[in-house]
Amino acid sequence: MSDIRKSLVDIVGERGVSDAPEELWFYSRDPGVLAPHRPDYVVAPQTTEEVQKIVRLANRQKIPVIPMGNGMSLAGLVIPLKGGIVMDMKRMNKILQVNPMARYVVVEGGTSQGALKAYLQKNHPTLRHSIPDAPPATTIAANVSLHGQGRLTNQYGFNSDMVTGLEVVLPTGEICLIGSPSIGPYWISKGPTLPDLSGLFLGWLGCTGIITKVGLKLYPNKKIRDAELFVTDRVDLIPHILYKLTHLEMLEDINVWFQPKPLMFLGNFHITIFFTGDTAEEIEFKRKMIWDTLQEYMDSKDGGFMAIQYMKSVLLEMPGRNIADFADVPKGGGFEYSGPIAPIEHFPQYAAKLVELAAKYNVLYASAARLISGGHAMMFSISFAFNRNDPAMMERVENALDEAMAFALDMGGIPWKPNFKEQKMTLERMEPNARNLLLMIKNNLDPQGIMNPGNWEVNA
Amino acid sequence: MHQLKFDQKVCASCRSADCLLKCQYMKFSGHKEAHGEMMKIMKGKDSRVLTECMTCYACEEYCTRGNHPFYLISERREEKGMFTAPRPITNQWINMTKMQGKYLVGDVKDKALSCCYIPDLGALGTGEIFKDVASAGVFGAEFMCPAVHTHFARMSVIKERLPVVIENYRKLGVKEVICLHDECYGTLTSIASAYGMEVPFKPVYYLDYVLQRMKELKDKIKPLNITIAYQRSCSNRLIPDKLPVVKKIFQLIGVKAPKRTYQDKNALCCAEILRSISGYKLADDVVKRNIDDMVKVGAEYCVFNCPACQISLSEKVAKRGLKPVHIIDLCKMAIGEKERGTI
Amino acid sequence: MTYVRHIEHENIVHRCFRCGYCRYPSNYSDFNCPSYKAFGWDTFAPGGRMWLTRAWLAGEIETSARFAEIMFSCVACDNCKNQCVFPKFKDFLPDIFQETRAELVGEGRIPPGVRDYFKAIAVNGNPYKLPQSERGAWAAGTGLKPFNNHKYLFYTGCVGSYDEVGQRMAKSVGKMLVDAGLSVGILGSEETCDGNDVRVLGEIGLFTQLAQANVDIFKAKGVREIITLDPHALNTFKKDYPGLGGIFQVRHYSEVLAELIRKKKIKLKTYPAKITYHDPCYLGRHQNIYQAPREILKAVPKAELIEMHRHGPNAFCCGGGGGNFFTDILGTAESSASRVRVREAAETGANILAVSCPNCAKMLSDAVKMEHLEDRMEVLNLAEILERARK
Ligand SMILES: Cc1cc2nc3c(=O)[nH]c(=O)nc-3n(C[C@H](O)[C@H](O)[C@H](O)COP(=O)(O)OP(=O)(O)OC[C@H]3O[C@@H](n4cnc5c(N)ncnc54)[C@H](O)[C@@H]3O)c2cc1C
Ligand code: SF4
Ligand code: SF4
Repeated sequence: MSDIRKSLVDIVGERGVSDAPEELWFYSRDPGVLAPHRPDYVVAPQTTEEVQKIVRLANRQKIPVIPMGNGMSLAGLVIPLKGGIVMDMKRMNKILQVNPMARYVVVEGGTSQGALKAYLQKNHPTLRHSIPDAPPATTIAANVSLHGQGRLTNQYGFNSDMVTGLEVVLPTGEICLIGSPSIGPYWISKGPTLPDLSGLFLGWLGCTGIITKVGLKLYPNKKIRDAELFVTDRVDLIPHILYKLTHLEMLEDINVWFQPKPLMFLGNFHITIFFTGDTAEEIEFKRKMIWDTLQEYMDSKDGGFMAIQYMKSVLLEMPGRNIADFADVPKGGGFEYSGPIAPIEHFPQYAAKLVELAAKYNVLYASAARLISGGHAMMFSISFAFNRNDPAMMERVENALDEAMAFALDMGGIPWKPNFKEQKMTLERMEPNARNLLLMIKNNLDPQGIMNPGNWEVNA
Repeated sequence: MHQLKFDQKVCASCRSADCLLKCQYMKFSGHKEAHGEMMKIMKGKDSRVLTECMTCYACEEYCTRGNHPFYLISERREEKGMFTAPRPITNQWINMTKMQGKYLVGDVKDKALSCCYIPDLGALGTGEIFKDVASAGVFGAEFMCPAVHTHFARMSVIKERLPVVIENYRKLGVKEVICLHDECYGTLTSIASAYGMEVPFKPVYYLDYVLQRMKELKDKIKPLNITIAYQRSCSNRLIPDKLPVVKKIFQLIGVKAPKRTYQDKNALCCAEILRSISGYKLADDVVKRNIDDMVKVGAEYCVFNCPACQISLSEKVAKRGLKPVHIIDLCKMAIGEKERGTI
Repeated sequence: MTYVRHIEHENIVHRCFRCGYCRYPSNYSDFNCPSYKAFGWDTFAPGGRMWLTRAWLAGEIETSARFAEIMFSCVACDNCKNQCVFPKFKDFLPDIFQETRAELVGEGRIPPGVRDYFKAIAVNGNPYKLPQSERGAWAAGTGLKPFNNHKYLFYTGCVGSYDEVGQRMAKSVGKMLVDAGLSVGILGSEETCDGNDVRVLGEIGLFTQLAQANVDIFKAKGVREIITLDPHALNTFKKDYPGLGGIFQVRHYSEVLAELIRKKKIKLKTYPAKITYHDPCYLGRHQNIYQAPREILKAVPKAELIEMHRHGPNAFCCGGGGGNFFTDILGTAESSASRVRVREAAETGANILAVSCPNCAKMLSDAVKMEHLEDRMEVLNLAEILERARK
């Protein structure tokens, strides 16, 4: 093994490799509930070529490589289930180019959401990207590797839909450009009008290669953002309310959330409605449209708007810094959520299941759903908080999440950022020919099975 | 359980029916209709008032015969299972203000400074003006007057919680409670007496206290020489006898408050509750008329005496070029404790 | 989880989510934890330190040179305390790292640079291993006299007393105070190290000894009001000395100079310059003093103050805090704090980088050389800038 260490040092230098107990301990776990597993090495490359050399080495030595952003999926997706090399991508953090007219940016495979946000704010204030509510240290490449969603997903689809081209290091070490950059200098399309090869990497959780560059669509950054908060205690009305709101076709984002704590939130479902405008008139116009469309629920006293002046700045933050607060409610720094993608009409059933599971496993729940593409689907988050110093509570959360995913699959939902167990459940239900196609692709791209093994493993 | 003391005979013999006739949000053809509606309410019958009342508190002031028309309307609404604002908003308020043992009690001896459950009040009750009582602050749902639930016609919540609040103060062993909010003082005087609740300490209206202190600090006062518009709060309607205090303070600190169309009895509500009950149309109209009126008299500042009004209107008045300021901060400005620029 | 080792705030360490907000300034433009910026491993970020501390308390990892390096590379800049998103425990982050270092000191497992630092101070009274008798030598020519019932004590600290760059600051500030007619004296060879960094590095015993010596002599000399050169001294005088019976009125010299300008005791002509100001962690984040130095610079006619991208509560540390000034665990690579910081300063287009702390002065002066920025930018302390404006 020390030969491998030496080879790694040759590639990335002493400061880029560690097999010290401290790093091995830390990089063997994520903040979720899944059991840790120790890597053999942690490396932090700075260039695509270094990534390539590491992957070639790993191929020769048949040792796993696990690309990692900030490890915030909470689903253990960067836990080296079979040991090997954890590759911390965060030193590849450059913003390579912005094409303001074509509204896209090209970033390296470890560039963080926070860095891009700050960069655009400073250099291109009329442009923005679809920021997820994940902590700012999380990376853009990781986010598209798991089909993340952000502030603009309601308008424009999954964040991975916004990719405009990729550079990837294949599991066999070739550096490969995907989409329009494979033909010419512009990063304007990840696939169309060619056969769309980006699907070989987006959503694969690092199992089919390492993304070293991402082209990403940017969108207009309007001067003013605002929000309204509508509440109702009738869960059965939620799908209808969402239908009406999405019909307006003018909202930035819509989130539905409910949680039993603090007490003021108990018993109600909260719909945060974000909208934007370049002038006060545009904002007021949209606000009126929102109120008008929901007036019938006010008249029937079933729903109403909260006065939110005092919490508006918190609501409008991107990413939402207070989202992680939930983790500390049991005074223990942990929460994990799974977020099945489901039709909006199933909101009431999911909500009921969440409350049922929380009671059954005696854990604290919260949920925040985000609309996708104007209402074709939603991400329904099933979140449970836990105390990291209470292993029994962590086990209960793990079991509750397992049961939640089984329920979601029964309901015809599909899993988002599934952990290895949930991937297995999903594959078992997958139509066999589709499963075989997946297997064929994975085996062809990664003949040695070195890329993030334990994930998307298809047992034929 | 405490019952509302409402003298039906007083009402039945009323010749003015001012309570409803003067209402800014409902129109009546004359005494006959207004009085008729009030009689229906008294007898527990349906009345359009029960669906149309915006809960602005004003009828409590308009009735000069010592009855409590607004509390009665609220009682009747609840009896009939009616909601003013949407049900989830109503319940949110009930939940939000529940006592959960998360209160703060300062160095309380014979006086307590009630900061209600509003963090802003804690910041206001400081400095030279409050130097003797600032450390005696109490904060939390345990010490919050439940008057807000009248807006939602949930008098049962008041009847259940107010005695507990009073008892909590009593347990502190205080002789005086300085109420930093009209609502608090109004509750401990008007509501408590309407429901026959005994208050075993002396509620002190904070503006009385401020006026007294400003007189003591007279040497430090540099007249502000500004023109303002005063936003009267709904709960000030519960204590109309306190209206002159504000004017005395203004005089003392050199503040001009030119006569407005919407002042004193004709004051307009900050409209937050209207928005919550009926939507933006009425609320926007009221806000517009109110601020137009402020602008018309040449006000530079909009002065609040209620943090809720202030939150609701600050941004809106600022957009029209007025500076929003709480009356306590205005006094702090006058004695040089706050810079004009920081408001 | 039961812990096999113990620190005061051990009941909090498991509450860190390792989300990483703490490594940023409030707008996320760059990494703002100097240690993470320099080393680039998650273990060197505040969250990493929290998780490792927990593992170490629980016996899941052992004491090692690496673990010590991770803990001692924290420069106590307090950025994490400001940025962590968990209001219920964020305030204790730097305390936890300090307590862990104190445990390591107790176990005797500390980096060699730290050991040398403690030893030099214990033996010589200063980290430079220079004689105590030379401690006041810098004051020659300033007009400052040994403290003798003066209204103010001007406390210099080790860097101002012995380091060349530090002495420059001590001289210029000292002279300015005298010129402005203040009744001010120094302790010279009777001054003892303030101990701030000794404490931060976890040697509480030595710190207490140093602090007690200072408290005793201050009291013996009848000191009531202190003006410190070094924000590190300001910090410990204000936060820790009262607990040892040392209750004095303490101000940083920037506050005093600002007041003297306000009272027109210092008169200024013009000094046309583009100036950017570096907030020292111990003046800014630790003591919340952001305005006084700016007030001074803004008072200089014709001088233009240009803020760096990261300033005020979001300022990036020079890398010299928490004893790193001496122990140099962060190193001098391109990603080391001082070099990053002077590059950021140069980006503003300023020709002067203003400093108000002797540690920053030295760190940033060296970094300007390493980055070959000498021709573009000069590192000057506040008093030197005023001096130029008085000519
Ligand atoms: C409080 C909180 C809020 C969140 N809110 C959101 C949200 O609003 N929207 C959302 O989408 N997610 C959210 N998440 C989930 C998650 O944090 C994000 O999806 C985030 O983008 C993950 O990024 P990461 O860098 O931490 O990924 P990691 O966990 O490090 O990696 C995720 C996956 O991507 C792979 N990967 C990483 N880098 C590469 C690469 N360069 N090439 C190939 N594969 C790679 C990894 O192997 C892994 O399988 C939230 C999480 C938290 C804790
Ligand atoms: S210290 Fe705070 S901000 Fe930093 S990782 Fe831990 S919880 Fe997150
Ligand atoms: S105090 Fe500064 S150096 Fe230390 S962990 Fe916090 S941010 Fe990093």
